Amino acid sequence: MSVLSLQSVSLAFPADRDSHQTRLVLDGVTLHLASDEFIAVIGRSGSGKTSLLNLAAGFLKPTSGRISVDGVDIAGPDADRAVVFQDDALYPWLNARDNVAFPLKLRGIAKRERRLRANGLLAKVGLENAGAKNIWELSGGMRQRVGIARALASEPRFLLLDEPLGALDALTRARLQQFLLKVWSDSKTGALLITHSIEEAILLATRVVVLAPNPGRIVADIPASFGRQLLAGKSLPELKDTPEYRRLHDGLTGLIHADAEEDAA
Amino acid sequence: MTINIGTMIPAAPTAPVDVAVEAQQPKRSFGTLPISLATIAVIIAAWSLASAYGVVSPLFLPSPWTVLKAIHGVAVNGFVDSTLAQHTFASLLRIFAALAASIVIGIPAGLAIGTSRIGKGILDPIVEFLRPLPPLAYLPLIIIWIGIGEASKITVISLAMLPPIILSTAAGVKSAPADFINAARSFGATRLQILLQVILPSAIPSILTGTRIALGAGWSTLVAAELVAASRGLGFMIQSAAQFLVTDIVIAGIVVIAAIAFLLEILARLLERWFVPWAAHR
Ligand SMILES: Nc1ncnc2c1ncn2[C@@H]1O[C@H](COP(=O)(O)OP(=O)(O)OP(=O)(O)O)[C@@H](O)[C@H]1O
Ligand SMILES: [Mg+2]
Repeated sequence: MSVLSLQSVSLAFPADRDSHQTRLVLDGVTLHLASDEFIAVIGRSGSGKTSLLNLAAGFLKPTSGRISVDGVDIAGPDADRAVVFQDDALYPWLNARDNVAFPLKLRGIAKRERRLRANGLLAKVGLENAGAKNIWELSGGMRQRVGIARALASEPRFLLLDEPLGALDALTRARLQQFLLKVWSDSKTGALLITHSIEEAILLATRVVVLAPNPGRIVADIPASFGRQLLAGKSLPELKDTPEYRRLHDGLTGLIHADAEEDAA
Repeated sequence: MTINIGTMIPAAPTAPVDVAVEAQQPKRSFGTLPISLATIAVIIAAWSLASAYGVVSPLFLPSPWTVLKAIHGVAVNGFVDSTLAQHTFASLLRIFAALAASIVIGIPAGLAIGTSRIGKGILDPIVEFLRPLPPLAYLPLIIIWIGIGEASKITVISLAMLPPIILSTAAGVKSAPADFINAARSFGATRLQILLQVILPSAIPSILTGTRIALGAGWSTLVAAELVAASRGLGFMIQSAAQFLVTDIVIAGIVVIAAIAFLLEILARLLERWFVPWAAHR
């Protein structure tokens, strides 16, 4: 079991182009993601969710604090932390299969082997017949599944997902939430999911982390077990009707609104 | 010297490569085609009338029919020791040799400008010096340096083609989406892998556009260079015909040059659709 750790991580951006002043975007964030966990991060727009993910991915360097995997400081992005992007970031010059095979190609795996493994991954995300399709021929939901298959192809220990379902319609989104849950439990990777949706966070995550803005900091870190219940076969309406679900939903809504009011004051 | 290609070709429906591309063509393009054809018909009619009624001396403006006969004559019997096909072939050979040279030099140079501070620092002033210069201004110098043979013509044409290719490559590199690059980084790509497998493909639509512009610039430079120094080629043919006051062949040459420029433009557009069908879907 691996652990991705952020310890007292702070991040400051230049406040504006010319001055040397900086603006604190994340302040002393500590978060540990084990490879059997599914952490959902919620928070209002601008609270630093994407910045947090970019730090974990290694795209950004923290102003202070440490980011490590199993105690070893990360040096930058690496194949053990694969990212799924909000607007899929699939390569339009490659078809669906070659997109999935892209991380394998980077590792110098032979073409036949790549094809085989990419086909397997496409089947896993329910797109066994879409391999030869061009990216622009796929629907938004299909694209996100290709993006997830591509991330899995790199056999990461951690999946970092920045609102991957944010741009989808409600129905597709609900289907892909179930799908994401299954992928996570099958693949035994730690998942860090950024989302705007409290419901999505509660239903999928084993822990829900709330980020408050200005500067971004963790104000709550709450365990949840609805995902495991869903996986065990409980129906969604049944789950959402339980007092536990409603209590958690109300609690998280309150937390996010609390800092909204604090802002307005 | 640069031809504005955007206006050279009417927005006529060139053979669509696939349905998706066709569907994206604005309906308007079908609307202007008849008007453009009518305009051309009126110009040719006015030209015919002017020469038929002797408004302008045939020495200055031979009739369209005479020009057609001249094209046929040059095609069959040749003019100044070469047939039309040989003149055309000589010109095309130069343009494609120059195109190959400027692609081989221009794309790496553009990548260097787009990806490296040092590359940009070194190459920017050279490109910016070259870009606004009319190629004919440095042709004499090139001839002094490397003689009057093929090499000097190909060099001049290449120099005219290089700036658009370099600049469009650099622009394409800069327009590569950050997410594309970050995705590759998160899958463990090396810098070289990112350059060749993410940045370069992202830049290809822009590079092809630059190549199209370069072809236009190169073609006009070519003809001009042949006017000065050549023993075969369309520019040379026109220049010789003008010296002997064979106006119909001068006009015939101009018509052929325009037709080839038009065909090159269509070819470039077809290549774009074949190679980067995804560019239309970004
Ligand atoms: N490259 C940058 N330079 C300067 N400021 C930045 C940069 N990136 C983000 N910020 C600022 O940092 C803050 C947090 O941004 P971030 O994108 O992490 O928020 P977020 O929680 O992901 O928001 P959203 O929900 O809208 O995606 C914002 O105020 C933003 O303006
Ligand atoms: Mg964000």
